[in-house]
Amino acid sequence: MSHTLHRRLAATATAVALGATALTACGSSGGDDQADSGPVSLTYWAWAPGMDKVADLWNKKNPDIKVTVKKQAAGDDLVAKIITASKAHQAPDLVQAEYQALPTLVSNDALADISKEVGDAEKEFAPGVWQQTTLGSDAVYAVPQDSGPMMFYYRADLFKQYGLSAPTTWDDFAKTARALKKKAPDKALTTFSSNDSGLFAGLAQQAGAKWWTVDGDKWKVGIDDPATRKVADFWGGLVKEGAVDNQPMYTPAWNKALNTGKQIAWVSAVWAPGTLTTAAPETKGKWAMAPLPQWTKGDNATGSWGGSTTAVTTDSKHKAAAAKFATWLNTDPQALTALVKESGIYPAATAAQTSGALAEAPDFFANQPDFYTRAAGIAKTTAPASWGPNVNVAYTAFKDEFAQAAKTRSDFGAALTAMQDATVADLKKQGFEVAP
Amino acid sequence: MTMAATRRKARGRGQSYGVKAAPYSFLLPAAVLFALFFALPIGYALWLSLHKAEVRGLGLGKGARAEVWAGLQNYTAALTDPELGHAALRVLGYGAIVVPVMLGLALLFALLLDTERVRARSFSRLAIFLPYAIPGVIAALLWGFLYLPDVSPFHYLLGELGLPQPDLLDGGPLFLSLANIAVWGGTGFNMIVIYTSLRSIPVEVHEAARLDGATPVQIALRIKIPMVAPSLVLTFFFSVIATLQVFGEPTTLRPLTNSIPTTWSPLMKVYNDAFLGGNVYAASATAVVLAAATFVLSFALLKVSNSRTKHRGNR
Repeated sequence: MSHTLHRRLAATATAVALGATALTACGSSGGDDQADSGPVSLTYWAWAPGMDKVADLWNKKNPDIKVTVKKQAAGDDLVAKIITASKAHQAPDLVQAEYQALPTLVSNDALADISKEVGDAEKEFAPGVWQQTTLGSDAVYAVPQDSGPMMFYYRADLFKQYGLSAPTTWDDFAKTARALKKKAPDKALTTFSSNDSGLFAGLAQQAGAKWWTVDGDKWKVGIDDPATRKVADFWGGLVKEGAVDNQPMYTPAWNKALNTGKQIAWVSAVWAPGTLTTAAPETKGKWAMAPLPQWTKGDNATGSWGGSTTAVTTDSKHKAAAAKFATWLNTDPQALTALVKESGIYPAATAAQTSGALAEAPDFFANQPDFYTRAAGIAKTTAPASWGPNVNVAYTAFKDEFAQAAKTRSDFGAALTAMQDATVADLKKQGFEVAP
Repeated sequence: MTMAATRRKARGRGQSYGVKAAPYSFLLPAAVLFALFFALPIGYALWLSLHKAEVRGLGLGKGARAEVWAGLQNYTAALTDPELGHAALRVLGYGAIVVPVMLGLALLFALLLDTERVRARSFSRLAIFLPYAIPGVIAALLWGFLYLPDVSPFHYLLGELGLPQPDLLDGGPLFLSLANIAVWGGTGFNMIVIYTSLRSIPVEVHEAARLDGATPVQIALRIKIPMVAPSLVLTFFFSVIATLQVFGEPTTLRPLTNSIPTTWSPLMKVYNDAFLGGNVYAASATAVVLAAATFVLSFALLKVSNSRTKHRGNR
């Protein structure tokens, strides 16, 4: 997905900015060597940049479990590749997988249940994050790596110039968009983009939507539920009246709109500074970050957009060793510091979110020194997400239906119904039992 | 019977055996490669298209999914899917622009390059051919950026001139925009094919025509074009197949606009089903349908062009 690409670019930029510190292993604590007997060799498919350097840290401390990182394409492409490899029983021991891909992978019997090996790690993560790796069952299919709590980004200088303030509710948000249109008709607060389903999913999550739930032995699809409908109608209304733009994100035109101040805000996630660095380089130091607007004044909730996990495959011959590495990678302070530095991720482990590695604000937000302190506070308010076995089908339906609706500035509610129908139809076609 | 005769006979028999075996042994490498990398994948696709995944319960974990026989279910689904029909129609519309324009230009350029008084022949030939050397995805990206209203130089110029600025990535203009990328990229290749065939026309034929008082235009229309008809058929053939299989350009432009659905062309639908929907069975069935349609179309075209050539030959 595009945001992962952007995040990857962003991460590369961060790594360069940080001088790509060559990390040397301390090796003082030594490796604990009870798990597997004899040296074990593990393969790890991941797309986060610099993961090999983080794995080197582990390899130096644990000569008996050697991890080799094989760099992969991000997101959906890797899911397809893992499923194919798993069918041929050739999957690597460890894989990086986005949260919403877990049910699809589990449904294809690609991921092993590692609840016995990693159960103790649960306390390191926010419940809303951990719950996504269990799929609501007693099993645990992955260890959370990074998360993408959503926030509101805006051009502080232009907001001041137009006499606007960061909206605290979605109602305010709509008023701000209209006020800006009145003052500067050629500008827009932001755009409703149909090309990244993750953004819409995160907004629905904030509103309390549960897109997939389990009802006994059946799946229940709640894409067209009141919470999501509220979100769809809200954005549909703004697009229809022309208060926000309707063009997709991540295009050269979008970059230009951000860079020249034609669009002056962006609903995004914690990784936005990286994207803005590449998309709108000339606006450095002019942005500010605030919590996402709320549906009810005084509420405190956000959604998540992006983020991934480390999972152990069913094909792995050394599941215990692999699970041990996955736990170390995502909970050990030294590993997390390296992940932040080398891969530019925002760690899912709560302790790491306030650690020294994130003491300094991103370069692009040097004007907001408490960036990560605020981010950690926002991350705690992440609403739980619920994913099902055909997220990709729903995401594709979103892209097609909402692109059409945004283009013609027509009813978003109808697009949402079509998205729900396509998702349910696909589940039934695959033979899943679907609760009405 | 003398010894010599027997020996000769024996040798003869051995020789004939060797001669008989020779073509097969020469064929063997090609046959093995064909079987491994062509027949086998096609066979697997056919096998997949007749199966489907069956899910038990919530479909999570071990043994939740089984591959079962589906018969022609996937085919009925593919053929009755309105999306596939829409995609096929879109591609036909696209092809109706691409094929005539591209081949017309290729023929025109080839004829121009083949005239006597042309200057800078090799430079022009290279200049026309060069876009073909640019990878399709890169070309689509470059053109996409040129089409995007906010960054497009065309839009800027039209605006400066006070002319209307159509959205090149929407509605009717979208077809022209996509066709333009294909024409830009493909004309050079087809021109080379036609040009090569023009160069192989014996000089005497031209000379005779010229002595008979034919003008260059007459020579082109009455002599050159009929004589390169086989290569025109060939390029037409290639272009139709390429059109049916269009994938890269619309896929690359898709993120730039709200106007290209994920199932714009039949191949995009196949890709979607297989890699985003995770349903390789349905995707295989659609792919087989697409391949069959291409095959039938190609066969019909060949048949028509063959009977024409034969007909002319008999005259």
